[in-house]
Amino acid sequence: MSLRIVVCVKYVPDATGDRHFAEDLTTDRESVDGLLSELDEYAVEQALQIGDDADDAEVTVLTVGPDDAKDALRKALSMGADKAVHVEDDDLHGTDALGTSAVLAKAIEKTGYDLVMCGMASTDGTMGVLPALLAERLGVPQVTLLSEVSVTDGKVNGRRDGDTATEQLEASLPAVVSVTDQSGEARYPSFKGIMAAKKKPVESLDLDDLDIEADEVGLEGAWTKVEDATPRPARTAGTVVNDEGEGGKQLAEYLAGQKFI
Amino acid sequence: MAEVLVLVDHVDGAVRKPTLELLTLARRIGDPVAVHLGAGADEAAKTLAEYGAVKVLAADAPEFADYLVVPKVDALQAAYDAVSPAAVLVPSSSEGKEIAARLAVRIGSGIITDAVDLEAGDEGPVASQSAFAAAFTTKSRVSKGTPVITVKPNSAAPEAAPAAGAVEQLSVTFGEKSTGTKVVARTPRESTGRPELTEAAIVVSGGRGVNGAENFHIIESLADSLGAAVGASRAAVDAGWYPHSNQVGQTGKTVSPQLYIATGISGAIQHRAGMQTSKTIVAINKDAEAPIFEVADYGIEGDLFEIAPALIAELAKP
Repeated sequence: MSLRIVVCVKYVPDATGDRHFAEDLTTDRESVDGLLSELDEYAVEQALQIGDDADDAEVTVLTVGPDDAKDALRKALSMGADKAVHVEDDDLHGTDALGTSAVLAKAIEKTGYDLVMCGMASTDGTMGVLPALLAERLGVPQVTLLSEVSVTDGKVNGRRDGDTATEQLEASLPAVVSVTDQSGEARYPSFKGIMAAKKKPVESLDLDDLDIEADEVGLEGAWTKVEDATPRPARTAGTVVNDEGEGGKQLAEYLAGQKFI
Repeated sequence: MAEVLVLVDHVDGAVRKPTLELLTLARRIGDPVAVHLGAGADEAAKTLAEYGAVKVLAADAPEFADYLVVPKVDALQAAYDAVSPAAVLVPSSSEGKEIAARLAVRIGSGIITDAVDLEAGDEGPVASQSAFAAAFTTKSRVSKGTPVITVKPNSAAPEAAPAAGAVEQLSVTFGEKSTGTKVVARTPRESTGRPELTEAAIVVSGGRGVNGAENFHIIESLADSLGAAVGASRAAVDAGWYPHSNQVGQTGKTVSPQLYIATGISGAIQHRAGMQTSKTIVAINKDAEAPIFEVADYGIEGDLFEIAPALIAELAKP
């Protein structure tokens, strides 16, 4: 039987751009170009490798986001995923992590899955809680923050490098896995991959398709409220001295002047 | 006064500093009730009481170590049911955030992660967060249910405020999902004897300019002469020169020390995201155009292999 892998990806504003909040204090998606969150590329990569190692596998990429989020799906398809699911609905604007996890969980169940793959965090919200939220909602094991992952005989194995220890984890499928940026470099789409991606199916779903009421999501339905966003005063460049043999001494004097030593 | 649950981060009863910060912040909202999972509750309770815990709910079971995350969620939920708190505060470690997230789903509450400050508000606690690589500070609150908030290290100066802190046993029934992910082996990270990266007052970091694992001893020596923690940029970690657990930046640790010394680090946005809320930033780099100089309070353009040893020698002078 085919191994059904669903990779959750996010379309985010480019982290190297000058990101802002919109007037309603949601992420401004207008002023900075969007792309597939870099950290999700690692999840796509590991999903493709697990798929390659299985006798028969199907890799579906799933996103919740505005129309432009199709770009993120297209990128994942051009890397080699088989098909895509795009949950898109105007009522989703402003949905928070809890709401997004509820939408994703419904879409994952509708798609059918043995393995859900996620990146370690998004590069915009950076919460890193979505895989745990999905595991809780789906009622399946969470095998998260893996720097190595493999799937054999219906089991996931992986290495989690925690703050205080390295752990070897094991769980039975179905399961939710997240991988870190240490899990292995993501492949670049080949020209052939990019051409093939144009013909791959992208299924579009809205809230009705998932039996979700509009007031359960969106800004109004959010479980948290951002009340204020203030730009931090930009750090200004201080003194820069050119080392002409006295650099170490000058730095020691600076540190002493600031009472660090 | 309402009670506030604080999940304790500890190693066999030795309470880690971020927990003391959480207790300090919790007192702004209500009476802190500490939740201690695993061994060493009696030992930990002394410290927890000193920092304001009115009581310590303790549970110990092999499940906490043998299975990932979920047994601790079951226990924290049991504490929630026992106390009906005004808020739940959890340390912002990767495990802490996962525990908090799952609890939020179960109790039907919103969650805020990575708070850097917390105040009482008319409609519940207001959390400050850094957003978009610390370009913005936001203030948010949980609008549904009991606020579940994870708090970053160094968010407050721990203040002692002695309270009773009596230990009470917490009765926990583990759900059938709690044994889903088995921890088949655990290798504790070897202690370096240096301060924790996220807790240190001074951090010395090395990047691409260190040019090899064999040269990182220079960064370590400089750190040791300042009593500092050692950090590394993603470039240095990806090259295999230093462990990922020491990575500072978007996909590593966020640090906010009094003094951050960036050595041979160009200062890409992903790195700055992890360190630019440091109080004072010093940069040593060969490249005058390196973006790290744009955020540095004091920069030296030059060769780190000359400047760092010279600085170490200066620091060694009586």
